[in-house]
Amino acid sequence: MGERAEDIEIGLLLEALHQRYHYDFRAYAMASITRRLRAARAQMGFASISAMQERLLREPAFLPQLLEYLTVQVSDLFRDPGYFLRLRENVIPHLRTYPSLKVWIAGCAAGEELYSFVILFREEGLEARTLFYATDINPAALAKAEAGVYDLSRFRVFTENHRRAGGKSSLSDYYTAAYGAGGFDKSLRRRVVFSDHSLATDAVFSEMNLISCRNVLIYFDRPLQSRAIALFRDSLAPRGFLGLGAKETLRFSEHADDFEDFAREERVYRKRTLK
Amino acid sequence: MSPLRLVVVGASAGALDALIAFLPGLPADFSAPILVVVHVPPHRRSRISDVLQPHCALNLREADDKEPARAGTIYFAPPDYHLLVERDGSMSLSSEEAVLYSRPSIDVLFETAADAFGAATAAVVLSGANSDGALGAARIARAGGLVVVQSPESAMSAAMPLAALAACPAARVVAPSRIADVLLKALPA
Repeated sequence: MGERAEDIEIGLLLEALHQRYHYDFRAYAMASITRRLRAARAQMGFASISAMQERLLREPAFLPQLLEYLTVQVSDLFRDPGYFLRLRENVIPHLRTYPSLKVWIAGCAAGEELYSFVILFREEGLEARTLFYATDINPAALAKAEAGVYDLSRFRVFTENHRRAGGKSSLSDYYTAAYGAGGFDKSLRRRVVFSDHSLATDAVFSEMNLISCRNVLIYFDRPLQSRAIALFRDSLAPRGFLGLGAKETLRFSEHADDFEDFAREERVYRKRTLK
Repeated sequence: MSPLRLVVVGASAGALDALIAFLPGLPADFSAPILVVVHVPPHRRSRISDVLQPHCALNLREADDKEPARAGTIYFAPPDYHLLVERDGSMSLSSEEAVLYSRPSIDVLFETAADAFGAATAAVVLSGANSDGALGAARIARAGGLVVVQSPESAMSAAMPLAALAACPAARVVAPSRIADVLLKALPA
């Protein structure tokens, strides 16, 4: 017997998504994609993944609904406070020596990581000279990031993380609470460019001093991880910094030699100068 | 039942007692990799593999993303990440939403193991106070795999074993100190 029907259906749906809409999930880690497509099928009431594919091909309006399932990414403000503490104590002093800075939050999802960075840079007096790029493939996620509104129940963890990340101000200075939600102040977005960008298909768009891309590469297979890491290398200024998720590493990458460990435990790397 | 090629384990409240009765029974040459999800708090480092290591013949550590799962090692899901099995036998981590309030989720590990290894999978459901693992264990049973459940009376929290038994009536029910024997008998000759 050949491949299982569901595997064939998933392969075909990803192919359709790519050919019709140029979203390329074909090199994503399949265990997670399979779960998410099953959830989409069940929750939206389709008889099969093929039925979902038919709708996708004929109705562009269905695309955003499916993307919501395919790009689920859950984060926190100052997730892994030790990462931000390390940036504050050891990376910021290097960045301070530059007259202008560019920071890229790659795969920003709903924006928690972005606001963490802007607050950090404001506290360290670097916000005014920094341009932040927040990119994601999902337009709905970008819209959420741009709105900067989160369920108020999450702010207890946000506040605790901010404190553990060495926060020098009160988080309540940056948001307004109303109707069960907390909205970040629009001044935090003054220096931010929100943009659609795919690590799977798009190219370098600017020269960065710092790239933070955490818990995004884990959704990719090894070859796509490698493509993304090369893209980061080519996007970084000489001696620029790259921050990855707590369980992500360059160790297995063919591009590992292009970077050096800067803070091993917190997964902060630094681009080597060309040999 | 196909010869066993992968063991997946889920534990929650009462995990340490159950694991310490179970894992030391596995010999150093146990020929299938073992992947474990224990519900642990998300925001701090888990010490469970350090605590168990001195009692075990196999190596214990946290799984790395896209690492091939190999015999000789017991891999734990890191705090705040789901642990998934890929078709090629490598492991993936993910920050997707919590399932039944848990990340890592036992169901996520079991479901992906059923997809990747089918009838060659064994699931072990240990003590816990919720129902995580029941759906995933049922998938493994449906795929023709082996489901072993800690006997509810031996568990500090019986809810998880009971939920798994309700979902998989044909599961083997044994005390944790007997689980290693059941698995050893399922290995390829």
